[in-house]
Amino acid sequence: MNLPVEQTNPQNWYLVLSTILFSIGVMGVLMRRNALIILMCIELMLNSVNLLLVSFSAYAGNTEGQVFVFFIMVVAAAEVAVGLALLVSIYRNIGTTDIDILSKLKW
Amino acid sequence: MDNFLALTKLITPASLVALFPLLGFFVTSLFGKSLKHASGWIASGMILLSFICSLFLFLNLPTGASLNFNLLEWMKWGNITLSFGILIDPLSLVMLLVITGIGFLIHLYSIGYMHHDKGFSRFFAYLNLFIFFMLILVLGNSYLVMFIGWEGVGLCSYLLIGFWFKNDAYNDAAKKAFIMNRIGDLGFLLGMFFMLFYFGGLDFLTVNEAIKAYPINNIIIVAVTLLLFVGAMGKSAQIPLYTWLPDAMAGPTPVSALIHAATMVTAGIYMICRSNLLFAMAPHTLEVVMWVGVATSIFAAIIGIKQNDIKKVLAYSTVSQLGLMFAALGMGAFESGMFHVVTHAFFKALLFLGAGSVIHAMGGEQDVRQMGGLWKYIRITSMTFLIGTIAISGIPPLAGFFSKDEILAAAYNSHKEVWVLLSISSMITAFYMFRVFFLTFSNSFRGTEEQKHHIHESPWTMTVPLSILAILAAIAGFWGLPAVTGQTHLFSAYLKPVFEGSKAILGEAHEADHATELMLMGIAVLAAAISFGVAWKFYISSKIVPEPDSETKGFAKWVANKFYIDELYDNVIVKPMMVISDILFVLIDKLVVDLVVMATAWIVGFTGRTLRLVQTGNAGFYLFAMVIGMMILMFIQLVY
Repeated sequence: MNLPVEQTNPQNWYLVLSTILFSIGVMGVLMRRNALIILMCIELMLNSVNLLLVSFSAYAGNTEGQVFVFFIMVVAAAEVAVGLALLVSIYRNIGTTDIDILSKLKW
Repeated sequence: MDNFLALTKLITPASLVALFPLLGFFVTSLFGKSLKHASGWIASGMILLSFICSLFLFLNLPTGASLNFNLLEWMKWGNITLSFGILIDPLSLVMLLVITGIGFLIHLYSIGYMHHDKGFSRFFAYLNLFIFFMLILVLGNSYLVMFIGWEGVGLCSYLLIGFWFKNDAYNDAAKKAFIMNRIGDLGFLLGMFFMLFYFGGLDFLTVNEAIKAYPINNIIIVAVTLLLFVGAMGKSAQIPLYTWLPDAMAGPTPVSALIHAATMVTAGIYMICRSNLLFAMAPHTLEVVMWVGVATSIFAAIIGIKQNDIKKVLAYSTVSQLGLMFAALGMGAFESGMFHVVTHAFFKALLFLGAGSVIHAMGGEQDVRQMGGLWKYIRITSMTFLIGTIAISGIPPLAGFFSKDEILAAAYNSHKEVWVLLSISSMITAFYMFRVFFLTFSNSFRGTEEQKHHIHESPWTMTVPLSILAILAAIAGFWGLPAVTGQTHLFSAYLKPVFEGSKAILGEAHEADHATELMLMGIAVLAAAISFGVAWKFYISSKIVPEPDSETKGFAKWVANKFYIDELYDNVIVKPMMVISDILFVLIDKLVVDLVVMATAWIVGFTGRTLRLVQTGNAGFYLFAMVIGMMILMFIQLVY
């Protein structure tokens, strides 16, 4: 029984919303120097894609996409924990999280 | 039906006979370190088991029958099948008994001779591997299986000549033997290709069946036989491929006795005897075989006169005797050739082992000018060496007389000029053998005090094989008594079934009447006696000792330097080859190959050096590049 459920909002709205969220994320990643902010922007990009996935799933009338999103969120939480731990460690060692200063890894 | 039952009983021992040495090889090579000197006894024991198997086969093979069976089908395409099979008939049995019998004695001897060598186990591993391949060569029921053994013995010969691999000269000798043999092997290989193409198979039955369709002296048969003979030339050291054999004396003396005198070098003769039907269909080739044999026999004998290294003399004598055997084959006297193979195996193995015992006593000295008077010190060695000398010189009633006389008689009946040449060659043989004997064992000792102090008789493991071989060398001739004695020639009667086909084509050699035969014998004995007398006059009465190398002059110098054949080969073949290699090294290697290789390396290096600059370490830049890249990819996706 995979009949599409009647939705009140047109799907385009969701597309536009997640595109805007994604673009904000990209711009944040490119513009900001603080690694913590960059990490947050990456999360934003991820969640905009999650939103897109959920909306497609809802409009297609099947629940698999929505279940899948839960898994993504679990994994993303783990990944954020690792990322934040790294950042804390970097800050304790170097005293900054500015990515322009963290440029030892080259050549 | 009885025959069939008797033959089926022989399949197991026939399959086992070659496996014992292989087992010995694995055991001695894998566990040699921990076995130490036990490996010598294990290796000898394996050969003894093989010998017992061969003896069992010899006693149980019904008269006139032969056992031919396939162990496995190897390759198959179209209507051609190549299989791995075994053939037991009188010819292979004779070779089996010689190889395992003499092989066992030489293994036993080596236990004493190699006792102090560091590579003791390695030596026996190689020796066992050699016997394995030699048995494969002899047992095979097709040219292909024979070729496997043929290559295998070549490999073992290489390994054993270069056994003391820390000496560069020995390594060179090993390489020389291997390369010379490769030239011959190429002939054998091409011969096999011809046979496969024209006769549709490689096993002896198929080939012998297929050639019946061809006329005598057909160009294909002549080509095949000539190519096979090139193979035999390499393995059996005939002109022009003989120079490796004297150099092969670099190996330990038991190796010289086993491989370079008794067994491997006779493989060429075995091969021609095995293909006797093929050769009988090509009288042109037989003519070539005969003349090459005669030339080698005389040439090597002349060189032998002026050699002062006890092993070199024996080496040239081996080449000369092999020439004699080929001459016999060339005249169609196959069984006489085989008979000489057997007797020669006995007395030449005996002489080599005796020489080894002398070298052992002298602490490594091989120059006869440094010896002399050894009769007093090493009695058993001296006596056995004397028996070997008499046997090879062709003085009755020892083995060499009967087999040599048979060949000479065959020559007298068909080609008188060959008879004259071969008689001269055997006369020279008798002379230089007695020369070596007198120089080594009679008069007084010429070496240093230290050497004199060192002289001692060899241990029993060495003297027992010597004594057994001496007995064999003395009595082996009685298996082939000439017709004049009114007895059957046991040896040729035994081999008769093998050579029936070729005899039918060549026609039964017409027998000389008894008076002629007696006259020939008389001449042969007289010639040997004259040689003995001359040698006695020179080296006993006048006590002549060969001069140092630097004082040799004129023709003698040519002979002492082996007619400069090695130098000739060096200048005509090796040096031009070196020059060509140098040119190719500069042109091809430096200019082309190196260019390609260096260019590849440079391109990789350049790209790396350039692209490395992108790694700035600035994460912001990486992110930017990533986003731009993804945008470009998306754009491409949209457009196309």
